Amino acid sequence: MPAVTETLETVQSVTEGGYKWGFETDIEMEFAPKGLNEDIVRFISAKKNEPAWLLEWRLKAFAMWKKMEEPTWAAVSYPKIDYQDAYYYAAPTQKVKPKSLDEVDPELLKTYAKLGIPLKEQAILAGVEGAGDTPADGGRMPIAVDAVFDSVSVATSYKERLAKDGIIFCAISEAVQEHPELVRQYLGTVVPQGDNYFAALNSAVFTDGSFVYIPKGVRCPMELSTYFRINAKSTGQFERTLIIADEGSTVSYLEGCTAPQRDENQLHAAVVELVALDDATIKYSTVQNWYPGDAEGRGGIYNFVTKRADCRGARSKVSWTQVETGSAITWKYPSCILRGDDSVGEFYSVAITNNRQQADTGTKMFHIGRNTRSTIVSKGISAGRGQNTYRGLVRISPKAAGARNFTQCDSLLIGDECGAHTVPYIENRCMSAKVEHEATTSRIAEDQLFYCRQRGLSEEDAVGLIVNGFCREVLKELPMEFAVEAQKLLQISLEGSVG
Amino acid sequence: MLKIENLHATVDGKPILKGLSLSIAPGEIHAIMGPNGSGKSTLSYVLAGREGYEVTEGSVTFMGQDLLAMEPEERAVAGVFLAFQAPVELPGVGNANFLRTALNAVRRAKGEAEVDAIQFLKLARARMKVLNMPDDMLKRPVNVGFSGGEKKRNEMLQMAMLSPKLALLDETDSGLDIDALKMVADTVNSLRGPDFSALVITHYQRLLNHIVPDHVHVLSAGRIIRSGGPELAQELEATGYAASVAAA
Repeated sequence: MPAVTETLETVQSVTEGGYKWGFETDIEMEFAPKGLNEDIVRFISAKKNEPAWLLEWRLKAFAMWKKMEEPTWAAVSYPKIDYQDAYYYAAPTQKVKPKSLDEVDPELLKTYAKLGIPLKEQAILAGVEGAGDTPADGGRMPIAVDAVFDSVSVATSYKERLAKDGIIFCAISEAVQEHPELVRQYLGTVVPQGDNYFAALNSAVFTDGSFVYIPKGVRCPMELSTYFRINAKSTGQFERTLIIADEGSTVSYLEGCTAPQRDENQLHAAVVELVALDDATIKYSTVQNWYPGDAEGRGGIYNFVTKRADCRGARSKVSWTQVETGSAITWKYPSCILRGDDSVGEFYSVAITNNRQQADTGTKMFHIGRNTRSTIVSKGISAGRGQNTYRGLVRISPKAAGARNFTQCDSLLIGDECGAHTVPYIENRCMSAKVEHEATTSRIAEDQLFYCRQRGLSEEDAVGLIVNGFCREVLKELPMEFAVEAQKLLQISLEGSVG
Repeated sequence: MLKIENLHATVDGKPILKGLSLSIAPGEIHAIMGPNGSGKSTLSYVLAGREGYEVTEGSVTFMGQDLLAMEPEERAVAGVFLAFQAPVELPGVGNANFLRTALNAVRRAKGEAEVDAIQFLKLARARMKVLNMPDDMLKRPVNVGFSGGEKKRNEMLQMAMLSPKLALLDETDSGLDIDALKMVADTVNSLRGPDFSALVITHYQRLLNHIVPDHVHVLSAGRIIRSGGPELAQELEATGYAASVAAA
């Protein structure tokens, strides 16, 4: 059954309304002292028992960051961030790894239950050894999960099963210990330390994140997923994810994220690097649901993220799909460097801004190899007093003979106090390249709402249905499980936006 | 089951309905005919509860309830169905998803169990066969790229599936060829029974050859100026509206 037919049931199951993930887990935590300086960088590195080269790498990043200015070109406004007024390391205190469900901190258990992660996965997520290899019930495709709680990965499931295929899926801090040669070979090769202000900050203080390596010719047998949870107060989350798909391999990776509801703003500055070698395919899907702040714009996550894929090999392919419903501010541009001949980059995005949310998001497609192709489909939905900007760059180098790009940017406005903006940059230096751009802006028409209501749908269900229809091209790119969650989120995010 | 008394309504402040009264008993089919601008579509929108159609005086009682106090979706699940003159397109929204959502909303209101996707497809396919609709219409987005005839067929499919107590057909016959016209009539006739009433709004008598109404009313300048049996429709076809309007 296609996910779209599930929409309403899923939506009906959501009765509480508002941001349902806004609770806080009361758990014993360990913090680094507040503030940011070289000692903090050393503290984090020491905490992770890192080799000297990585500490140097971090310190170099920190030195770069200190000299850089926070970017101001995005169409977002927020009060100046005090980088000294935050914790850069927060981790649940866990003395021994629990052996059974009974030993796991009940607060962590409760957290996963509340987040709607099924019991089966619960056992796995909380780090119970041995639970990961039982086949999932109902013949359902299992999903391997890496759970990152504030600054640390608390558990990774199905590691042993994946290892049978030579797949490495673990916390990046663990990869530094277990597979230093791979980390050292690839870390920072797609997003260098000095790439931009937030990437430099991340490089200096990143605490955890996921590491994936798919060996030559291997098709990853299950979806890989990371679930990011910010819990502690006044804490920034700086995760770093590195995915390497070796020649001829295929992987689909999902990430989800939530955070407690607080009046203060919290910073999330992640870096994601993807490397696709010859004939490799990486599908990277995000459902971003950080706390968006309240109706008046109090609180919410500042989401400043650098995501980039290097299609290094010939015929490699990277597909980004994102559903951005959360965060007070979203600043992210998942990009593809299409270096290999015949490589393919895709970007499918839904971004919702309601109330006072601001999103400045889009993609960059760098066509370097011959016959490289890229597709961009962006759906922006603005409601309340939300501001939504698509910002994209398609750059075609002189050598990229036969390159093609197709871009489609659609904006949907709900109400008359919101804004939608489209800023496409196209730089074409190649005569044989073909670049297409289409853009539309529309409103939910009164006659559409009335038509739905005349058939018995409530106004909010009608909006949900119409918005899901508007986003269909993007939602169908998501793996099934996420598609359902995403549809649900779209509806919840727009609650109170009509009437 | 429907009682309209002295209904006055304005659109953009302009009076359109000016004291319309009409009573429909269970199982009855009434036809409303009248020239352009007489208020026919306004009547159907007022009954369905569309925004912008403001009732300034009068009352409407449906199954003993104050219809005008109900939200459009409340009216819908209570059994009021409007077959649109111009069915609306919903890009990206699958026809099956839309119709099943509507059906389940109605079923919930009636206290019936909701239908899952498989049960729904069974029900829908059976209806579609009768309406001579290809299966793929369920997969297409609601009304998007449908021809005029397909849109009306789709309205009739929705009506048949939702089995309302009161169907308002707003010039459903406009722009239809004779086969499609017959399909509309067949659908209405198949629903005919003690629990189904309809208000058929039309310009032309030809639809009424196929859906024989119990009562025919002539609407002019926002009021019913003549009422009669099915023979009135034939008289109007022969003499035009002008004579009736002049006489009133």
